[in-house]
Amino acid sequence: MLYETSPAAVAIFAAFVLGVIGLSFYLGRKAQSAQGYYAAHGEIHWFVNGIAFAGDYLSAASFLGICGMIAFHGYDGFLYSIGFLAGWIVALFVIAEPIKALGRFTFADALDARFNSRGIKLAVAISTLVVSIFYLIPQMVGAGDLIVPLLGLPHAAGVILVGVAVTMIVVTAGMVSTTWVQFIKGSLLVFFCGILTALILDRGLVVNAGRCADAVPVPQVRTVTPDGRVLVDGAAQTNKHDLRPVGTIAALPARYAGKTSTGPLRPLEYLAALEDSTIVTWSAKKHVDEAGTHTTYSPVERRGADLLKPGGYFKGLTSGRLADRLDFASLMLALFCGTASLPHILIRYYTVKDAAAARKSTVVGIAAIGAFYVLTLYLGLGAMTSGALDPTSTNMAAPLLAKSFSTALFAVISAIAFTTVLGTVSGLIMAGSGAVAHDLVENVLRIPMTDHEKVRCGKIAAVGLGIVAMALGILFRSFNVSFLVGWAFNIAASANLPALVMLLFWPRTTKQGIIAAVTVGMLSSLAWILLSADTFEKVYGWSRDASVVPFSQPGLVTIPLGFLVLVVVSLLTPPRGARP
Amino acid sequence: MAAPAGDDERATTARGGAADATRRIGLALFWVYVACYLAFMVLVLLFPESLSLRPFGGVNLAIAAGMGLIGGALVLAIVYMAACRAVEGGRSRG
Repeated sequence: MLYETSPAAVAIFAAFVLGVIGLSFYLGRKAQSAQGYYAAHGEIHWFVNGIAFAGDYLSAASFLGICGMIAFHGYDGFLYSIGFLAGWIVALFVIAEPIKALGRFTFADALDARFNSRGIKLAVAISTLVVSIFYLIPQMVGAGDLIVPLLGLPHAAGVILVGVAVTMIVVTAGMVSTTWVQFIKGSLLVFFCGILTALILDRGLVVNAGRCADAVPVPQVRTVTPDGRVLVDGAAQTNKHDLRPVGTIAALPARYAGKTSTGPLRPLEYLAALEDSTIVTWSAKKHVDEAGTHTTYSPVERRGADLLKPGGYFKGLTSGRLADRLDFASLMLALFCGTASLPHILIRYYTVKDAAAARKSTVVGIAAIGAFYVLTLYLGLGAMTSGALDPTSTNMAAPLLAKSFSTALFAVISAIAFTTVLGTVSGLIMAGSGAVAHDLVENVLRIPMTDHEKVRCGKIAAVGLGIVAMALGILFRSFNVSFLVGWAFNIAASANLPALVMLLFWPRTTKQGIIAAVTVGMLSSLAWILLSADTFEKVYGWSRDASVVPFSQPGLVTIPLGFLVLVVVSLLTPPRGARP
Repeated sequence: MAAPAGDDERATTARGGAADATRRIGLALFWVYVACYLAFMVLVLLFPESLSLRPFGGVNLAIAAGMGLIGGALVLAIVYMAACRAVEGGRSRG
């Protein structure tokens, strides 16, 4: 049996949710003004803000997605970690201090600081909403995916549970409660991932870890019948008749000859020993006939050295096809440029008192996030060899790794996985509600509001976004969540980064240039994604060959396009202060 | 007691000068990191087999470089923070 409902996980999650909602109500009195609701009065301590950066940024895609990708495909998942962390260099060295000086509540405030243009506010508010919604969907889908096996509830229940909890957190105290939820989540995530890594190193590498009578490495077949029933090796899937867990060590390095375990290893020793080991992974082959869709999972012995080099997931790195390499380069560019363009990350700079605090909080964020991403390598490889993996789900690698140690740890890690979603979704809803209430209603429509009304408008927008997020989480249930995170990074980098960087470093930038760059960057990246081979195959179910763009990730084309459009339009329009 | 107008002006000028100096330091460190990131990408894209080498005996170059990029980001961040503190401290004393 791969999964079982864990009352401990339910209890821990319930305690956390009730705790943070209680904290939110307690902090509610600090968010009576617009400055308090949107920016926590700029009074958050830089260290708390730094850890909150980690809580905001380390989404379900980082925790569950990267661990799963490393567990399933080896080193290539770590490339995501490298790209995600590298993006913080742009945030620290280029963006942090200027954006603190320029902005007030939202990303649009910063881009519009020198122009006071409704056009800029409109374009940036729409871009903020698009990026936030694309980022929200995978978080909500991830919440639903987690709750099905762990709590035995329907997918929609997980989506609604997270949606309601997050909406309450945001509505009660805005950025104040959002910051503290993210601080708690960031601290818990890094701390417990550290504990899990220590346990992995203490266990070392074990031959046939987790193997028992029902985990023999033979092929197994999962069938989904036309009427929706799931069969395992021809019989109905039940708690007692399920797929067997996979992923073990077949042979240790020669220096451990005659042993079945290495015993405790130091961090670098662990990686070196794994590289010299033989690992049993598995292949998945799908075929469809009148009886249903059959997926055969077969064990495959591989050298550790082959799993710890690039090319396991990004096949293009070894295929030699130029388009595949460009696709990978484009993804890594989007990860590098996308972080400092995500509206929910950028608005966190408004919660500290000055530029020096913005800088210090980014350094703390880099330390926490960097530590986490190093740990993901151990978590992923630990899961790969734990003998506990579900071959059908990459997202469950980290919780199942924890289960290979103890049920209590499984409960804690599962609860933390839920809180991961809470922290990120609250930041996204906060950014989206600011875009609607502050940018669109107050500045574009210019509806006069008192300070109290501005807060109420933000809260109504947060409730609306919460409902939209829940609906989309249910609607997009079957979508591949990693796609949508990639989309969000590409759109953010293409729409927002060119305008932000040029505003800071090119005095000739005009408001028309910014509006054009944001609009073209957003639409071109969105269009490219919708016309890509990956989307054709995995979203529409069409042939990859029908795609009209040469590779799937748009950043390599659409980020430079954003810069080009900004420069051309700015040169064609009168500079600030020029007479018409 | 309020500071004389001349002192205010000097303080504002010093803050502006410090901001310019920290921005220059930040950009210099940014390009250092970009160069490292680009070098790694060139290896991954054009010479992926080279990342299997184990020049340090233990872990391969792929792992070492990845860890180096993550650790290097933190090192540069700390260098930046220390440099900014020195600049801002120097300007405010000056």
